Amino acid sequence: MTGHIQGSAAGGVAASAAVEISDLSKVFNHGKPNEVHALDGIGLSIETGSFVSLIGPSGCGKSTLLRLIGALTAPTDGTVLVNGKSADQARLDRDYGMAFQTSGLFGWRTVTQNIELPLQLMGWNKLDRKNRAAEMLELIKLPEFGDHYPHELSGGMQQRVAIGRALSFQPSLLLMDEPFGALDEMTREHMQTEVLDIWKKTGKTVVFVTHSIPEAVFLSNRVIVMSPRPGRIAADIEIDLGARTFDTRESQRFFELITQVREVLRFDEDSR
Amino acid sequence: MIAKALRSAAPAVLLGAGGLVLWELILLVVNPDGFVLPRPTEILGSLIENFTEILAAAGTTGFIVITGLVGGIALGVVWALLVSQFRIADEMLTPLAVALNAIPIIALAPIFNAWYGLLSPTSNQAIVVLLVFFPVFVNTSKGLTSVGAIELELMHSYAASKWEITKTVRIPNAMPLFFTSLKIASSLAVIGAIVAEYFGGRQDSLGQFIVQNAASSRYTEAWAAVVAASTMGILLYFVSGGFERVATPWRRDVDVVG
Amino acid sequence: MPTREETTRAVALLERKAATKRGTRRFVVFIVFLAVLALAYTGYKAFGEAVDDAQTEWAVVGRILPRTDDLTMPPIVDIITEFGEPPQRNSGKPLVAFIAEASLFTLREAALGFFLGMLLGLGFAIVMLRSRWLERGISPYLVASQTVPLVAIAPIIVIWGSKSMGWLPFDWQPWMSVSIIATYLTFFPIAMNGIKGFQSADPASMELMRSYAAGRRQTLIKLQFPAALPYLFTAFKLAATVSIVGAIVGEISGGVRGGLGRLILDYASRYTTGPSRLYASVIGAAVLGIIAVGLVTIVEYLVVSRRQQGRTVS
Repeated sequence: MTGHIQGSAAGGVAASAAVEISDLSKVFNHGKPNEVHALDGIGLSIETGSFVSLIGPSGCGKSTLLRLIGALTAPTDGTVLVNGKSADQARLDRDYGMAFQTSGLFGWRTVTQNIELPLQLMGWNKLDRKNRAAEMLELIKLPEFGDHYPHELSGGMQQRVAIGRALSFQPSLLLMDEPFGALDEMTREHMQTEVLDIWKKTGKTVVFVTHSIPEAVFLSNRVIVMSPRPGRIAADIEIDLGARTFDTRESQRFFELITQVREVLRFDEDSR
Repeated sequence: MIAKALRSAAPAVLLGAGGLVLWELILLVVNPDGFVLPRPTEILGSLIENFTEILAAAGTTGFIVITGLVGGIALGVVWALLVSQFRIADEMLTPLAVALNAIPIIALAPIFNAWYGLLSPTSNQAIVVLLVFFPVFVNTSKGLTSVGAIELELMHSYAASKWEITKTVRIPNAMPLFFTSLKIASSLAVIGAIVAEYFGGRQDSLGQFIVQNAASSRYTEAWAAVVAASTMGILLYFVSGGFERVATPWRRDVDVVG
Repeated sequence: MPTREETTRAVALLERKAATKRGTRRFVVFIVFLAVLALAYTGYKAFGEAVDDAQTEWAVVGRILPRTDDLTMPPIVDIITEFGEPPQRNSGKPLVAFIAEASLFTLREAALGFFLGMLLGLGFAIVMLRSRWLERGISPYLVASQTVPLVAIAPIIVIWGSKSMGWLPFDWQPWMSVSIIATYLTFFPIAMNGIKGFQSADPASMELMRSYAAGRRQTLIKLQFPAALPYLFTAFKLAATVSIVGAIVGEISGGVRGGLGRLILDYASRYTTGPSRLYASVIGAAVLGIIAVGLVTIVEYLVVSRRQQGRTVS
């Protein structure tokens, strides 16, 4: 495959890149009649500290790409480096935290116990776990809910706990797979502000999968637009909105960028 | 809290009381030959009259039931853990357990009697163990394996080991189903013990008490022992429910009736 | 690029092949298991005899594990050959024929019990479906009913059956009383899974039926019953085993002649003159249980798999 788009706008900063992807392909059911080319010849470099969104229609492989970065599935071809090491090594080193569309909270654990889960697996002692969980509850603005069970919380609150859990062990990278996909529009906008707030406070690198154009534009400093069958990168759009405020969503530039992303998605649809 | 519990128990209490009164009245009015199905008050009278004997018999049977339950639960849980950990074990042991369940276990009683001796309680215990094993195994293994993809992916993202996944995800996930099976198993154990006692075992047991009284047409006495057996089954059912509440605090207000 | 339809068909073919392979493997595993069981039996027996010869005091043999003499554990070969031998000296028929006849007798009792239990169980489930109040009122008693050891008072049932069933247009046979015992055990799993299955219908579909102003009965037949099928078949399989158990135990304690239960009781009481006969008849009961579950599984395959095929095509 030729002509894939080289990701990093800065270029040649592989050493400081949080994620470095080259010539990545993924084929499901290889050699069977229901073979699917999920991803084909993906090249992408994600700078440390940036907020990058992956957007595209369903079937474009954006979730697969995220799972490849997290080494939750193995590539058919190509390489993924996270913090300069193989993705699987990064997983073993617990370099990233992950949040999914459904919160994936364990119903049999209280909110605090859910946040403590990764810490427990890493062998932290009880006191440190308790302190960190309290910090996280503060960060996600749910300090009074530590002893509640997940089913007693609203959907947005559950997602916040999931984010707190993902950040509890202070990984340098946060992978999010449509985390607000199941929330209503009001809660969603509120959660977007929260996530930006957390991002600013912690300085993590965030890779964020979404199918909402305004969400991608509002959150990110880079939007990677993907096209399906086989999944490829169709465009790599720099977002120059500056500091987000309440007015950002109504600014001229916001709408221009949304239009720009929409055009790519539409052109891509028409050309097939 | 108490008012809520009372309200949820009201239908059962009302229907039960109504049924008993109806039973008593119908038999009082119609009273065919009386002796096959005695009136509730007659049964109660006989229960009081033979209390010490029935209590001793219930003790013997209770021992069989409890030990058999513990053995069957241990067997079922260990088997389920094996099945959930190793694919080969799953392919070998699951169909086997299903085939085992198709066998009328109670028919093995005479053979067990031949093995352990006609008057030994071991043969009765063996029957109870086998009866309890199956529901515990099926439910627990279902609980251990029916874990959500997201939960597994999350644990994988933490580079959690197989045992850590079992400990933090599979076992808690299996708890509710395990307790459901425990409730089924507890009443099965009582029935199993009593029927097994019919074939052999100690003479001062509930099963023998029922059979001997029925054989000499003392049906009221037989029914009194049946009531004792049911009480034991219901008691065990509630004890299982109590364990369930303690072991699964997160479900306390989700659902109460298993 | 294959079309979507071709892909679907190819995938379906692959799945069917995999299912056949799975089935074959299960069968092989089962045969292997039987072999292992026979080996373990024979091995333990040999071990026990060796220990006995050595005159050592082994705590396990004869306590937790059975004694190993030929009377307690007849050799496997004896059990197998026993099937071909006549059980009485003056009867020409081999034992296997006796077992088959008795099995058919028991199967008839169990089948009637299963059928009645199905009607009763579904009836309870439908009644409980009417209101939450009725469900709360009835279901504890269904659970409690299974703690009543009805099988142990089978004699009462048999007497009661012959006394109170005179109003029926046909003669009440003792074996029908045994069926009542089987019914009592059978209806329970069907009622419990039935209500769970009926309630498993998708709430959105229930609303759809409401929007069509469909009646209770229409909703039950068109939506809730199909939704309950997987639950029901799970219960039917359990009920099949339980109905055989009920029939065998009912025969034994009710003193009804002609069936497998009675055969087992006879051979158990004359155990010392022919231990292999008892083993053979118990194996017969195991086979009958497996056949009963097998029959239900075949029906399930016919009903459920055809529905699912229909679903993927449309």
